[in-house]
Amino acid sequence: MTDIVTGILWLVGSAFTLLAAIGVLRMPDVFTRMQASTKASTLGLACLLIGAALQGGDFASFIRIASIGAFVLLTTPVSAHVIARASYFAGVPLWEGTVLDERRNAKSGRRHDKSGSIDAASGITHDREANPGSGSR
Amino acid sequence: MLDVITHITLVTLGVALLVAFVRLVKGPTLPDRIVAMDLFGVLVVGVIVVLAGWSGVRATLDAAIVIALVGFLSTVAYATYVERGDPQ
Repeated sequence: MTDIVTGILWLVGSAFTLLAAIGVLRMPDVFTRMQASTKASTLGLACLLIGAALQGGDFASFIRIASIGAFVLLTTPVSAHVIARASYFAGVPLWEGTVLDERRNAKSGRRHDKSGSIDAASGITHDREANPGSGSR
Repeated sequence: MLDVITHITLVTLGVALLVAFVRLVKGPTLPDRIVAMDLFGVLVVGVIVVLAGWSGVRATLDAAIVIALVGFLSTVAYATYVERGDPQ
């Protein structure tokens, strides 16, 4: 019985993680990619962990699996927020179909860096000397 | 029956790793690669947990804990690096 439940949970979890990877590959934008990765991989890893916890074992391994689950559930939103914030302020180009950019006309604080300090080819460029006026970060 | 399902699960996770690796190579920007590396950590933790649950060798769960920790810390460190720009 536990084998059946574990098998179903593992199949569902691996399907969700595969969906996360396909979303990371196919989405048009770093923000949408991050969204697909975070949501699907959290649910997928939770299913894998529950399936493994059902497979007997002693109390120590159950505690380890539970701590992995709690840690991943706590840190995945934090890391997603940090990546999104950093890439937005660093000027990663938004998808051209983006509907809403709430900080586009923000009067205070930092805005999306339109000068594009992140280059598409090489990641971070070193063009501080080339145009010193864009040092808004 | 669980052996077959475990193999299917592991193959699916391997395919997911390959797909994430394609995004890691293609880029095009550094945050895309960071997202792919973050997904790498989650997938490797999943592989370790499935292997530990299937084979009964529970000692590898410690490695899964360490990989989850290091993955989160490296993601935060890379994001800080992206946000600050190049350190002069």
